[in-house]
Amino acid sequence: MAGGAHAQPEIQAPDLLVKNVTLEVVDIIRKDKDIQKGDRKKVVALIEAKVLPHFNFQAMTASAVGRNWAKANADQKSRLMEEFKTLLVRTYSSALASYSNQKFDFRPLRAKPTDTDVTVYVRILQSGSEPVTIDYDMEKRPGGWKVWDVRVGGISLVANYRTEFDNLIRESGVEGLIKALYAKNNSPAQPAVAGTQKSK
Amino acid sequence: MMKLMLRNLVLVLFLGAAAGCATTNGGDARDPIEGFNRAMYSFNDGFDQTIGKPVASAYRDVLPSPVRTGVRNFFGNIADLWIGANNLLQGKPMDAISDWARFVFNSTFGLFGFIDIASEIGIDKHDEDFGQTFGRWGAGDGAYIVWPILGSSGVRDSFGLIFDIGLDPLLQHQPIAARNVMTVLRATGKRADLLDASRILEEAALDKYVFQRDAYLQRRRSLVHDGNPPRAARETPRAEVPESEPVGRPDPVAMEAAVRLLELPASPAGAGG
Repeated sequence: MAGGAHAQPEIQAPDLLVKNVTLEVVDIIRKDKDIQKGDRKKVVALIEAKVLPHFNFQAMTASAVGRNWAKANADQKSRLMEEFKTLLVRTYSSALASYSNQKFDFRPLRAKPTDTDVTVYVRILQSGSEPVTIDYDMEKRPGGWKVWDVRVGGISLVANYRTEFDNLIRESGVEGLIKALYAKNNSPAQPAVAGTQKSK
Repeated sequence: MMKLMLRNLVLVLFLGAAAGCATTNGGDARDPIEGFNRAMYSFNDGFDQTIGKPVASAYRDVLPSPVRTGVRNFFGNIADLWIGANNLLQGKPMDAISDWARFVFNSTFGLFGFIDIASEIGIDKHDEDFGQTFGRWGAGDGAYIVWPILGSSGVRDSFGLIFDIGLDPLLQHQPIAARNVMTVLRATGKRADLLDASRILEEAALDKYVFQRDAYLQRRRSLVHDGNPPRAARETPRAEVPESEPVGRPDPVAMEAAVRLLELPASPAGAGG
């Protein structure tokens, strides 16, 4: 369990990685007064430092864009990745900001030591309602285990964007999708007046 | 009562289909009445912005967290009765026993359900309803439907709702005034519990309607399979992703299937005989 005396460049097991990162981030949020007062910039910085390195954004973006990924050129791919990353960080920071001392239940990993594709199961426990499941799909890469999809209550983040992205690309091409993502990322964090939108 | 609701369901579906034909462009095979659904969604969103969310926010601001937890526990405890029955109907007697054990523990030691002692000692709460039971029995999702106030549903889950609502112990509570107060309290508490989730939805979605619809479909699929839905193999980014081709108009086959599904329970061919 303990870190071990030797400085070995060993890859951390995926379930331990998820557990350590989760507990570390939650601990920081619990202690940081600015974050509790709603300092979103600080949450974003925290995610970028602690969480992002363990995500494979190329795979996530490619999977969310789906069959249209092949149609994008290298420049579009990297811009798509950047915008999608920003959107996910924003969403994630919004979710983390609403964390209030719920308990985590880290499930034992059901995988063979030789597996390179695993799912790590975590549950958030809350009195009076069924536990919320968070499943991390992870792949072993040279630099360590990387997350390529997260399912919250059975809803895959990547899959949930697929239809939206597909619609936008059909309507206005890859550039249109990048533009829409850019506009979304640069809109105010919480719309003061969320009026009914005209559907065209 | 049930028949009347059923007839209304059919009527609304047909009206919706007509609206869908008129306004849908580049639609989704799972959502043949998107035009109608979007109109309903926008109505619900308006209702939520003017009444639902403000009331839920006030509820959250006024009542301290332990009280809100107590309210959630109380209604959750009552719900465990039918959750257990649904688990039994789905062929999971051990889960049913666990749900009813929860009810017994929480109703007694948990002071009429206000304290969720069962969860504390490791008897987890489940999420089951008749829509999931029908799904377990093999009914497909059917077309996606957005109902006024009730929100996201589907053909199968709408039938489930008829039973969920018809058998809801709270709605049979007398006197009616107390029933109404309790129903509003339950709904307010539920909406309050979703305040964070709805804020995250605003944050995450490019098109809230599509995002919420897809989340609902994924969620129900996961629930029907108790968290382990059969999964497609991981898509390799390079390969073409096999997906159902979107259709321009409501899919007539899906519509027919939906209508056939609607007619099903009207005939007395009950499965359990």
